[in-house]
Amino acid sequence: MKKLLLGNEAIARGVYEAGATVSTAYPGTPSTEITENIAKYDEIYSEWAPNEKVALEVAIGASFAGARATCAMKHVGLNVAADPLFTASYTGVNGGLVVFVADDPGMHSSQNEQDTRIIARAAKIPVIEPSDSKECRDYTKEAFRISEEFDTPVIVRLTTRISHSQGIVELEERENYELKPYVKNAAKYVMMPAMAKKRHVFVEERMAGLRDYSDNSSLNRIEWGNKKIGVITAGIAYQYAKEVFGDASYLKLGMVYPVPEKLIKEFASQVDILYVIEELEPFIENQCRLMGLKVTGKDKLPVIGEYSTDLIREKLFGEAKEKLNDIEDQAPARPPVLCAGCPHRATYYVLKKLKLTVSGDIGCYTLGALAPLESVDTCVCMGASVGVALGMEKARGKEQSKKTVAVIGDSTFIHSGITGLIDMVYNKGTGTVIILDNSITGMTGHQDNPTTGFTIKGEPTKQVDLLKLCKAIGVERVKVCDPFNLKEFEQIVKEEIEQEELSVIIAQRPCALLKSVKFGPILQINQDKCTKCRMCMRLGCPAIVDRGDRIEINPTQCVGCDLCPKVCRFDAIEKAGGQND
Amino acid sequence: MTDKNILIVGVGGQGTLLASRILGNVAINTGNDVKVSEVHGMSQRGGNVVTYVKMGEKIYSPTIEKNEADIILCFEQLEALRWIDYAKKDATIIINTQKIDPMPVVTAKAKYPEGIIEKIKSNYPNVVDMPALDMAQKCGSSKAVNVVMIGVLAKYTGIDKEIWIDAIRKTVKPQFIEMNIKAFEAGFNYNVAE
Repeated sequence: MKKLLLGNEAIARGVYEAGATVSTAYPGTPSTEITENIAKYDEIYSEWAPNEKVALEVAIGASFAGARATCAMKHVGLNVAADPLFTASYTGVNGGLVVFVADDPGMHSSQNEQDTRIIARAAKIPVIEPSDSKECRDYTKEAFRISEEFDTPVIVRLTTRISHSQGIVELEERENYELKPYVKNAAKYVMMPAMAKKRHVFVEERMAGLRDYSDNSSLNRIEWGNKKIGVITAGIAYQYAKEVFGDASYLKLGMVYPVPEKLIKEFASQVDILYVIEELEPFIENQCRLMGLKVTGKDKLPVIGEYSTDLIREKLFGEAKEKLNDIEDQAPARPPVLCAGCPHRATYYVLKKLKLTVSGDIGCYTLGALAPLESVDTCVCMGASVGVALGMEKARGKEQSKKTVAVIGDSTFIHSGITGLIDMVYNKGTGTVIILDNSITGMTGHQDNPTTGFTIKGEPTKQVDLLKLCKAIGVERVKVCDPFNLKEFEQIVKEEIEQEELSVIIAQRPCALLKSVKFGPILQINQDKCTKCRMCMRLGCPAIVDRGDRIEINPTQCVGCDLCPKVCRFDAIEKAGGQND
Repeated sequence: MTDKNILIVGVGGQGTLLASRILGNVAINTGNDVKVSEVHGMSQRGGNVVTYVKMGEKIYSPTIEKNEADIILCFEQLEALRWIDYAKKDATIIINTQKIDPMPVVTAKAKYPEGIIEKIKSNYPNVVDMPALDMAQKCGSSKAVNVVMIGVLAKYTGIDKEIWIDAIRKTVKPQFIEMNIKAFEAGFNYNVAE
């Protein structure tokens, strides 16, 4: 049966067809749908782990135990999982172990633009890179075979455009993969110096074997055409190159690390001009240069951002598109915004009012950095808000900590905020941490997490109690408050930042997009009472519109969350009747 | 068939992803190669969203570049303006007349441009505009805007109507099939001259 599948769905299908039985992940755009789709197969155990490190460790354990196992994450998640990854390279596998890592060229939804291939090379782990949905499925299955043949974890590298593009895939049957026996083997599975020294020798031998494999694998193929131009390319860049260079010759790499050196030499020797087309770092290109080949690539093409056929044509050949209209480009930007009814809006309104320095974190609530809330001061990586706030206190003293709060979502706190908070407890921090508990992992599209009480399959499970957790690690002052109770919330924040003692405020209110959340009737502004003081505009709600001569509530945007009447001093905001979903 | 490049543009939350799913299902039933490229994540939080749908004998790049779109399906006026450079000169440009203010307009930092549809019409010969939100509400739900739009689109693709209806049946939840088929018909039967 032919189906149109997202790259991520095709990966999930490949995992299923390969007979894998354990799949783990922490959600992260653009990788999330891999595991959401794996979870639909009852034959595969799947989980959202608290973070990528734990996710990979669970997958490693499953591989040791003889199962085909997978772990999925976004590029920055690989930094979190780097510790187990680098040593899993030494232990190798028992059942096949495949790690899916989705890079985000162009930073559609990320804080940096790092290139996974470089981390993989540092860890000496082979990298396979599909260029469409069909290859996502096919390469996943091949990745398991490579993993088992060469006793290595394998990384399948994706990019946003591969993960989130649909293409046609002909579905195949699931392979009946039997668990391999588990045999105790300290020399392989216990990585302490005496054993690891021997395994490092093995890793180098394995690399030699993988180089041979790369030269002979069907993953790497030459498409001969006009030999005046030769293009070496991989992943999505292959698709762009095919449109730009037409009937040229191509060396299309499916295995990008290690590259097939013999094949590259053979290809290069038969073409007049050699191009390397790849997004982000000159990874394949540098390999070619090391081999002494003359290539055109990053000397003309950027290492920044996502490619397109237009960009390649412009940078390489100076071709620019003709403008077909005389319409001036006058469309105002449409930046993302906290939704109407979002619990974070109330939190940031208060933090901005109190003029606090806000150490931020990763999630929907990073949008609190944008106008008009403009509350968030910093955002580095998952969990960083807590450590950064402590660092500010240690640099500038306790007075700084009376003007500073860390804000971190529930899922992000579980991911890697807990350790930061333990550092604050242990090293006598006196700051204030606000956990934005919206009962879900929001930005990536509503995944469950250890605080929600449900597994990835929607089964009820134990629920981490954030209040008890904070108390247990030694935080004595823990307050729980609904930020929509603006006055009470403001009072609590004021009290807690003044204390020369560490405190945690759990700002508890569910995400407005959860189906269980029901608001009241939508609101309108009584123009007779409105003085146009614009206090309500400070909330940055997409439903409250400044028309210059009047402030209006847009009835198609308002959800009736009832926050704005609380900031209006003139009782001008009233219920209009009618309701929005 | 000759290659067909369709751009779907709108605002996060308008249901453009479902529209692209229906269109993808239709395309695969015509026996062509198909690629659909979407945007997920941060840009969906009320930001602008774009989906590229390409069909033909063999499709390489999943994205559409400037001057390459045969059809642009615009869910919102400002987004029509933002993406107009992607249209071929003779492209069919289908515009929902709905306006959704972006934050710079909401906060009075910028003005919502005037006369967008007239400007586009004066530059491109094949423009169809209609109040898809009103039409959807008349069919029972403002959420059916996407299927109304698909209905209008269907008329301009030359693909058999039954294939579209079949794709809607396969894509939407069972309890909404009837309402969505009504919405599709409303779009399909929309008469520009009315």
